[in-house]
Amino acid sequence: MSERIPILRIGDTLIVSVQFDLEDQTVLNLQEDLADQIVARSATGVIIDIGALEIVDSFVGRMLATVASISRVLDARTVVVGMRPAVAITLVELGLSLGGVSTALDLEKGLAKLNRAASSGLQ
Amino acid sequence: MVKRDSAVDLVGILSVEDKDLASSWIREVSGTLGSRVGKAELDRELRELYEALVEALRQGATDVHAEQMSEVRALLTELSRNRARQGFSPSETAISVFALKRVLEPLLEDGSAEVVRAYLQLGRILDGLGLFTIETYTQTRDELISAQAEQLLELSTPVVRLWDGVIAVPLVGTLDSARTQVVMEKLLQALVDTGSEQAIIDITGVPAVDTQVAQHLLKTIVAARLMGAECTVSGISPQIAQTIVALGIEFDGIVTKASLADALKLALRRSGVDLVAHQGGQR
Repeated sequence: MSERIPILRIGDTLIVSVQFDLEDQTVLNLQEDLADQIVARSATGVIIDIGALEIVDSFVGRMLATVASISRVLDARTVVVGMRPAVAITLVELGLSLGGVSTALDLEKGLAKLNRAASSGLQ
Repeated sequence: MVKRDSAVDLVGILSVEDKDLASSWIREVSGTLGSRVGKAELDRELRELYEALVEALRQGATDVHAEQMSEVRALLTELSRNRARQGFSPSETAISVFALKRVLEPLLEDGSAEVVRAYLQLGRILDGLGLFTIETYTQTRDELISAQAEQLLELSTPVVRLWDGVIAVPLVGTLDSARTQVVMEKLLQALVDTGSEQAIIDITGVPAVDTQVAQHLLKTIVAARLMGAECTVSGISPQIAQTIVALGIEFDGIVTKASLADALKLALRRSGVDLVAHQGGQR
């Protein structure tokens, strides 16, 4: 039984805060849970906070892209927030540019981004 | 036994007219170096070196790397380090040693076969010392250059805050992998520290852009984007724009502006700031 990462909800937004380095199984569980929750709570936005992560490997990088694609299919936007400089450099060196994933500096800016997107989507 | 004898011969040559040789050596060297080295300093340096050399030969040293030569090597190292720092050329540095050969030449004129052989042997030793001087000289210059390169690296990558939430990196000089790495790290750290969402990379001071430089720029921009900031490249001169097109470099999805002012305007608009000009320039 591997650990599960809690998924919090504020309004229409789901928030996932990753606090420890991820194992592959945890990553898969998270992917599954998120898809379930987006449907169950009819969320329109997902924020994944990876500010505590010091290591992001290509598997986690791909997970982020996959989660973004899944939620797009379910009509929710995904924002990855709090990526550390070292992690960003590593991902670039690995050749992963996470196309299609939007990012923000911190949780607050991520929420603002989602709100902006939601209000411009309504018009 | 033979070795011992020749060592004594060498000393013999050098101490024939003892003080006289040393002073004509100093005269010879100061003639070539001109007034760039103080007379007293040169006098002290060469006299010490001369005495150390005679002492080393007396103890039977036969080549530069002999143990007895350590004193001579230390003195030579100091001498060539000083010369390197003062900006003398390698030949001006080596001449200090080779001049001694020229000073000894008159001895050959009425010398016996013994003297000639001793002179040749001494010549070999002096050649070795000359090479040693140049080696040390080069080493010192290399150290100087790498120290300067390091300083340059620190100097040339400031990150400045232009506005609340807008930072800029004015790049000056050619970009290589090492510099890009430093720029990238500084820029990303500054994004976190200042909480900025807009970054401007100004390449007005970059003399040329080739595929490699473009590659480095792209990496930095993608990394900034991963962290949630938007990057604009500014300061692209007409020539550089032509080069970029000619090389077929694709700045995919990256906004480029001709001047820093334009980039700042865009960054402000993106962060929701409106600039209003008042008539007459006064409020």
